[in-house]
Amino acid sequence: MTGKINNVLEETGNQMQFMSGFFKNIFRQGFEWNEFIRQCYIIGYKSFSLVGITGFILGFVLTLQSEPTLKAFGAESFVPSMVAISVIREIGPVIIALICAGKISSSIGAELGSMKVSEQIDAMEVSGANPMQYLVVPRILACILMIPVLTLMADTLAILGGFTASNLGGHFTFLLYFNKAFDALTFSDLLPSVAKTVFFGFAIGFIGCYKGYNSNRGTESVGVAANSAVVNASLWIIVLDAIAVQLTSIFAYS
Amino acid sequence: MENINTVRAINGNHKEAVVQIKGMKKFFGKKKVLTNITMDLFKGENLVVLGKSGQGKSVTIKCIVALLSHDEGSLKVFGQEVKGLKDDELKLLRTKVGFLFQSAALYDSMTVRENLEFPLTRVLRSTDMDMINQRIEEVLEGVGLLGAIDAMPSDLSGGMRKRIGLARTLILKPEIMLYDEPTTGLDPITSREISELILEMQKKYKTSSLIITHDIACAEITGDRILVMNDGAFIAEGSYKELESSPNDLVSSFFK
Repeated sequence: MTGKINNVLEETGNQMQFMSGFFKNIFRQGFEWNEFIRQCYIIGYKSFSLVGITGFILGFVLTLQSEPTLKAFGAESFVPSMVAISVIREIGPVIIALICAGKISSSIGAELGSMKVSEQIDAMEVSGANPMQYLVVPRILACILMIPVLTLMADTLAILGGFTASNLGGHFTFLLYFNKAFDALTFSDLLPSVAKTVFFGFAIGFIGCYKGYNSNRGTESVGVAANSAVVNASLWIIVLDAIAVQLTSIFAYS
Repeated sequence: MENINTVRAINGNHKEAVVQIKGMKKFFGKKKVLTNITMDLFKGENLVVLGKSGQGKSVTIKCIVALLSHDEGSLKVFGQEVKGLKDDELKLLRTKVGFLFQSAALYDSMTVRENLEFPLTRVLRSTDMDMINQRIEEVLEGVGLLGAIDAMPSDLSGGMRKRIGLARTLILKPEIMLYDEPTTGLDPITSREISELILEMQKKYKTSSLIITHDIACAEITGDRILVMNDGAFIAEGSYKELESSPNDLVSSFFK
C-alpha cells in the first residue's frame, strides 16, 4: 500500500517537473516556429476529416433521436435550439476531445516513445540541443491551438447535421433552422465551451508528450506509451469537463 | 573549463587527462552496475573499453555525458566535476564531447542534410547558410557519403547510418569522442571500415576517443590502450599485444 502511494506521489512529482520544463521552455530563445507550424498541420489539418464526419453525425443522430419525443409534446420547433445548445455547451467539446485523445495523444506518445527507444532523444540531449524545446513545446502548443479550432468546426458541422436530419421530412428551411438554432445561443454558451477546449488541448498534448518522453527502453514500451497516453488523456478530459461544468454553472449561468 | 591539472607520466611522456574517473559507482535500485571504477582518458589517445555485453561499459560513457548520474565517486571532464553542473555549464560541456550511439540514433523524420544541420542551428545557433552547407559537405566528404545528403535515414544501410551518425557528431568539432559499440550489428568488412574511419577521423579532428566495444577486431585497429571490464570493474589494462598474452583467463578469452 505504501509502495503504491509512493509511486503515485513520484509520478505526480515527475509530471509537475515535466510541466514546469514545458512552461520554462516556451519563453526560451529560439522558439521552433517551423516545427510548431508542422505540428499544427499534422494535429489540425490531418484531423479535419475525422472530426468533421464525427461532428456531422453527432448532430444528425442527436436530432433523429430527440425529434420523436419533442414531437409528442408538440415541441418540434425546439429541435434546432436543443441540438445547438447541447452540442456547443457539452457534447461537441467532450466528444471531439475524446476523439482527439485517441488520434493525437496516442500518435504523439508513440512517436516520442519510439524516439526514446531508438536513442534519438538522448542524441539530441548529448549534442547540447534542447529536446524539450524542439519536441515537446511545439506539440503541446499546437494541441492548445488546434483542439478549439477543430471543436468549433465540429460544432458547426453538427448543427448542419441536425439540419439535414430535421429536413429529411422537409420541415425546416435552411434559414429558419439556423435562425432558431442561433437565437437560442448566447456568448455565455460559446465562451466557456471554447475555454475548456483549450484545457482539453493542453491535456491531450501534455499527456502524449509526457508518456512518450518518459517511456522505458524496449519496443514494447512504445505501445504502452501510446496506450497509456489515450487512457490518461481521456480521464483528464472527463475530470476537466466536470470541473469546467461546475465553474460554468457558478459564473456563467447563475 | 581550462582547469586541466592532472598530468600523468605514460611511457615517459607527460599527458593531460581530459576525463578522470575515480572510485565511481553506479546502482540501478539494489543492483550494483559499476563497482569502484577508476580510469583516465588522456588527450589525443584512443582508449578502448573491452568487455562482454551487460558489464557496465555503456553505463560508464553515459555517466560521462550526464545521461545517467553516478552515485558515488568523482567524474571530471576537462577538470570539471560533471555531477552538479548547471544546465548552461552542462550544455557547454556537451558541445565539446561527441557521442556516437550504438544505433547511430539518426532523426527518422529528417533527411541526412537536416540531421547534420540540426546541431549547427540548435546548438551553435548558426544562421549563416553558406557556413552550414560548407560544414555539412566537409563532414559528409570525410565519411565518404556526400551522395547521400538528401536521403532519409530509412533508406540507408547500417554501415551508412553509422557513418552519418559519426558525421553528425563531428560537425560540432568535439574535443572528446565517445563511441558506444560502433561496430555492433555490422558485417566484418563494414566493421573494419568503420574502425579505420574512427582512426582517420581521430587524426583529422585531433580528438581524444573512448571506444566501448566487445569487438576484438575493432579494439585492435582503434585502441592505443585497452581496459578490460568485467562485472562493473576494470580487470586489466594494457596494449593489445600485452593483453593478448595475459595469464588471466577472462582477459585472454577475448583474444581466442
